[in-house]
Amino acid sequence: MAIQIRQGVRTEKKTAALAASDVRKAFRPARVVPGGGTTVRAVDGVSLSVWRGEIYCLLGANGSGKSTLIRLFSTLLTPDAGVVRVFGLDIDRDELAVKRLINRVSVEASFFKKLSAMENLVYAGRLYGVSPEESRPKIVSILRRLGIEDARMTEPLEKLSRGMQQKVAIARAFLSTPMLLLLDEPTTGLDIRSKREVQTFVRDLRDEHDATILLTTHDLDEAARLADRIGILHQGRLVAEGTAEELAARHGGGTLEDVFMTLTGRRLDDADAGDAERPT
Amino acid sequence: MIADVGAQLGLAYAFVEREIALSKRYWAWEIVWLVYGVVTSLSVAYIALGAPGLTGGSGDPALVSRFVLYLLVGTITWRFLGLIFEQMGETIAWERWEGTIEYTFMAPVPRLTHLLGMCAATLVRALGFSVAILAAVALFVPVDLSHANIASALVLLATGAVAFIGLAIGSAVFPLLWTEKGLQMAYIVQAVVLLVSGVYYETTILPGWMQVLSFISPATYVIRGMRDALLDGADLAAVWPNLWPALLVGAISIPLGLRLFLWAERYAKRTGRLKRSG
Repeated sequence: MAIQIRQGVRTEKKTAALAASDVRKAFRPARVVPGGGTTVRAVDGVSLSVWRGEIYCLLGANGSGKSTLIRLFSTLLTPDAGVVRVFGLDIDRDELAVKRLINRVSVEASFFKKLSAMENLVYAGRLYGVSPEESRPKIVSILRRLGIEDARMTEPLEKLSRGMQQKVAIARAFLSTPMLLLLDEPTTGLDIRSKREVQTFVRDLRDEHDATILLTTHDLDEAARLADRIGILHQGRLVAEGTAEELAARHGGGTLEDVFMTLTGRRLDDADAGDAERPT
Repeated sequence: MIADVGAQLGLAYAFVEREIALSKRYWAWEIVWLVYGVVTSLSVAYIALGAPGLTGGSGDPALVSRFVLYLLVGTITWRFLGLIFEQMGETIAWERWEGTIEYTFMAPVPRLTHLLGMCAATLVRALGFSVAILAAVALFVPVDLSHANIASALVLLATGAVAFIGLAIGSAVFPLLWTEKGLQMAYIVQAVVLLVSGVYYETTILPGWMQVLSFISPATYVIRGMRDALLDGADLAAVWPNLWPALLVGAISIPLGLRLFLWAERYAKRTGRLKRSG
């Protein structure tokens, strides 16, 4: 896969939407397990900045620490060390203010399965201070744009396909008009068509609504297609960062897959198949 | 300030609306719980009706009627308090199971507002269930409320709800800390409270160590006061000796439960336990 050069990279202002400095997170085994388990260093001194209006893609194999980083940035985990700021706000000290600026889509579309897309999204809107009067027309508009028919919006979500559920998850994040959107493998498990629709929507979201997007993926094509800059995460460390062409130039040219192999010693597919969290 | 309070109430209402929508979707289960509540309460009432025959005691209809009401007050009050305990305890476990826990905790909603919303939803459900059970039971067995002081009973019920909310918030900490076994722990706490609170008997018959537990259970005072109000028509002054301990437990347990919950949330974030299961 050749690296595509994306036009119109919007990093002129250089306002940091997200700034992480030397962030570390380790998970220790439960003490009750007799002699069992070793400490897993999931994130090991990661520093990165995502500029306002940028799509930044974290590329890494399973177990490389991508999801842990996203959970740290979305206030679901507290770092053992380091500082994370969202638009200058400390995620620990200014937690509530940070929560108003962010939203997240995870690999699993997590909803109240018996409730419809409309009920779930109206509820989600309320949590972000959006009244049902305001949210309902907006929900219909977003879901239509994502290709979900009106009749499906009032069906229990458990009756919708995985792809549709993931689109509803993206609509939920979009509903709160986040300044920083954290997408944790949002297209994993989707068919090609749904994947493309989601990718188009993500790009439109950035272009039309001034959103900053941090995306994790282990899909090289997705990274090249969407990202303004790419960070490669390996064993909890950010081993390289730059535009696709910068990475290629620095690490021997060729494809993004070649770059990944040069930096990690493995093909991404092989790493996914055999990787696990690393014990220290 | 008023706008902020209004905004927080709006946020809290999101949880009430969600719970109502979930009840509608899970209507078959709601009917199951209602039938279960009616059947359990009726069974207890029939024990009272059949007691003279079993024990060879007095078959005086007035005494039997009093015994029926004695047991019904215990079982229906416990149903009310127990539902508060269960539903608040399941606040975390349910969301973990649905997979929505991360989204709820990521939302810009102060935890106090979140729990306030859940408490309001819980109270609506518990009150609805209790009234429905009492009405259904009254169709089958004679319920003599001619001497009852309803105002005192309602005040006691409201006080008991407040006191139980604190305990329930505290018990919701278990599923937050122990992702797999936390809910079971909360149920054990609830079972112990049932045993020591004099739901079906006077706490004086319990062994000494259990009486110590009954002393700190708010249900003990609420159920005792409810009996005084509904069986003997005790007014507020007469139920005060049972009212103030329940108020005291509420005044202590709500801030304590909330503080415990916030501590547990921070611990869960530190150890990676704030996540879905299954």
